[in-house]
Amino acid sequence: MNESNNIETKKPALFEKGGKLGFLHSTTDAFETFLRVPATVTVKGSHVRDGVDLKRIMIIVVLALVPAALFGMWNVGYQHNLAFGTDWGFWKEFWFGFLKVLPLYLVSYIVGLAIEFASSQIRNEEVNEGYLVTGMLIPLIVPVDVPLWMLAVAVAFAVIFGKEVFGGTGMNIWNPALLTRAVLFFSYPSKMSGSAIWLAMKSGEKMIDGATGATPLTFASEGLDAMNHAGVQYGMSFWNMFSGTIPGSVGETSVIAILIGAVILIWTGVASWKVMCSSVIGALFVGWLGDIFGVTDIPAYYQLVMGGFAFGTVFMATDPVTSAQTEWGKWIYGFFIGALCIVVRLFNPGYAEGMMLSILLMNTFAPLIDYLVISGSISRRAKKVKVA
Amino acid sequence: MKILKTVIIMSNNIDLKKGLDIPIKGAAALKTRKTIVPDVVAMKPSDFKGFIPRLLVKEGDKVLAGSPVLADKKTPGILLTSPVSGVVTGIIRGDKRKLLEVLIKTDGKQEYARTGIPKAEELSAGQIKSSLLKSGLWPSLVQRPYGIIANPDIKPKAIFVSAFSTAPLAANMDYVLGDEFNNIQTGVNVLSKLTDGGIHMSLSGNNNLSTPFHKIENVITHVFNGKHPAGNVGIQISHISPIRKGETVWTVSMLMLAAIGKYFNTGRYDLSRKIAITGPRAINPSYVESFPGISMKDISEFYDNSANDIRFISGDVLSGTNIGSEGFSGFFDNQITLIKEGNETELLGWAKPFRTKIFSSSRTYFSWLAPNKKYDLDTNLHGGGRAFVMSDVYGKVLPMDLFPVYLIKACLAGDIDKMEEYGIYEVLPEDFALCEYVDPSKNNIQDIISKGIDLMLKEMA
Repeated sequence: MNESNNIETKKPALFEKGGKLGFLHSTTDAFETFLRVPATVTVKGSHVRDGVDLKRIMIIVVLALVPAALFGMWNVGYQHNLAFGTDWGFWKEFWFGFLKVLPLYLVSYIVGLAIEFASSQIRNEEVNEGYLVTGMLIPLIVPVDVPLWMLAVAVAFAVIFGKEVFGGTGMNIWNPALLTRAVLFFSYPSKMSGSAIWLAMKSGEKMIDGATGATPLTFASEGLDAMNHAGVQYGMSFWNMFSGTIPGSVGETSVIAILIGAVILIWTGVASWKVMCSSVIGALFVGWLGDIFGVTDIPAYYQLVMGGFAFGTVFMATDPVTSAQTEWGKWIYGFFIGALCIVVRLFNPGYAEGMMLSILLMNTFAPLIDYLVISGSISRRAKKVKVA
Repeated sequence: MKILKTVIIMSNNIDLKKGLDIPIKGAAALKTRKTIVPDVVAMKPSDFKGFIPRLLVKEGDKVLAGSPVLADKKTPGILLTSPVSGVVTGIIRGDKRKLLEVLIKTDGKQEYARTGIPKAEELSAGQIKSSLLKSGLWPSLVQRPYGIIANPDIKPKAIFVSAFSTAPLAANMDYVLGDEFNNIQTGVNVLSKLTDGGIHMSLSGNNNLSTPFHKIENVITHVFNGKHPAGNVGIQISHISPIRKGETVWTVSMLMLAAIGKYFNTGRYDLSRKIAITGPRAINPSYVESFPGISMKDISEFYDNSANDIRFISGDVLSGTNIGSEGFSGFFDNQITLIKEGNETELLGWAKPFRTKIFSSSRTYFSWLAPNKKYDLDTNLHGGGRAFVMSDVYGKVLPMDLFPVYLIKACLAGDIDKMEEYGIYEVLPEDFALCEYVDPSKNNIQDIISKGIDLMLKEMA
């Protein structure tokens, strides 16, 4: 048998393209590259490449989310204690929250990754690791008591219509995690707003007198007096809001935990400090305007620690795919996210939280912002040449 | 006049904040280990963008150094001439009979084709052009936009020379060309007659007062401070006088400027040069004295001959060409880099907190803790191809006033109008080499830009 015959008769391996189960190529490849950095070498262009890849970047974001997730789990148990008058101690509180949040994670990852793998298979591409972050984010921005089937439907809708139809990670217009929340919010409003949803309840439990499930934003819409009252009565002082021992979505309450994540993201350069910074500036600016024009009497800096503002600013607005791409664009994009969020809070008492909608709206406008920034740069260059 | 020149030097200090020096092991020691008289040299038409070769010789023909071997089918008069004297022993063709290499076996005597010694000072622009064309030195003039062989019918806006290189492990220009001062000066004097815009020479801020080249006259001097790619002539042009639609400039490397000067001083087409043998897989990295187009077999004492996992690169690790162990060095290159093929897997590599053998310019690894460490970099891709996700990593290593990702995407889409708007006239693939290096999505960005430039050439022809 000569050599060329040898090559012809060599069958492709089971999962390789052309093999018997070759249609599962993307899936096996994903597990393969997840376990081991592949032996792929450079073929064109630069012969050496940087050690960083998207897997590394995504794992850094996941790491940055861990403090918020852990705190959120404990806080679920803690809030339960406050509302129902039990006294469990730290570990039991954490365990209670862990058991409540774990199913959310299972649903988020199983549904999302299944769709991600299937679509990669259809597109015949490698599976992108973007969903590792999306799946980590989703349980942190929903109320802990959300029914799992609703979450599954929302995740499926958001991943399919928010991401895969555009071509997967890198091509999507809206942040898929926020889209999940938006789908939940508009499809099942009774489960997503009001003051009864933020607590993990066992059946038959009753809240003790003097407890509330409402978030500080509910009180904030009634003014500073109501807030101060809530601060005293329900333990919702500025410090409580900053440290996070208040009701809210699982991961959004603790500004301290979120700041730890922010430091990791900024130091590693994974997320843009410009977006974070300008979002805070935008929120303070509108909060300050609202204060001096008498729309509200809440000091502007309160806005930074309430609701989903901090979480959205650090983990959602900075999504590199859906945010503005140009450096000047990032300043504009971030500023409007912060500003619009507070505008919604101040002028829409019916729907207290504005972060989700302001980010999704600015996601939509990010390409326009970039277009304007680039057009400006090009005409500036053209003028410079004329002078010369 | 002298005072005026000082003023110009001071006013032309340009600081580039963006860029990256890749810490790779194997810099060449500043000593010339040996002179290599190659057995066979190869002439590769692919070293010259835009050159469509027509053979002027056949196998068995005797050639002298400077005898024409190939002519350009498109522009009459543009010739490639033999760097050595000897016999044509092979004409290597690839797919569709594309001419890949002309092999010339040297006779060891290095006889030069006889031309009269032209007197540089007395020549007109026309005479200089015809001398350069006849000698085979014309193709060393590179025209921008697009990085093609200069068109002899055009008078360029200006001519740009970078007197230093910042590429990884690049040959030390002062060491390689320090004793060619007179030739370089003659080269400058000759070429300055071909343009009204003058010769712009860029020096490194690290040694702009100690380098021999700061004494070159008849040039407009600029000083650049910064990391790679500050030494790339394209980056320098974009800061000195950006290329706009309809404009043409020429560039020439210091190496070829010296060769041009030598031709006008001695009448010889003499391409002998010091070549740096570098890289983590080079044994005792240092310099050799030889010619362009030498075989990797001629430098066999610089690497482990039993190893089969060495990548042979003519040029630097960012923009050089993979020529293989059987290959020949390139016409413009005075550097050969030997690195390891990274064809090994690593268990959960991307998730490990510490990977001490891997360098990353991003802070997602801990390379920043050891800023002076040099690495044994290999050719592993460190990931898989993805869509563009990160937006700010590319601009940090490209000190030009343009939006890299938008230009790359315009090239991918083949959108000529957008490519023009986003600055395709100013760039060559080598300027995007670092963007490609840092890209976490592992796209072949230089290839994308190169295809964009090819499309422009086709559409604008």
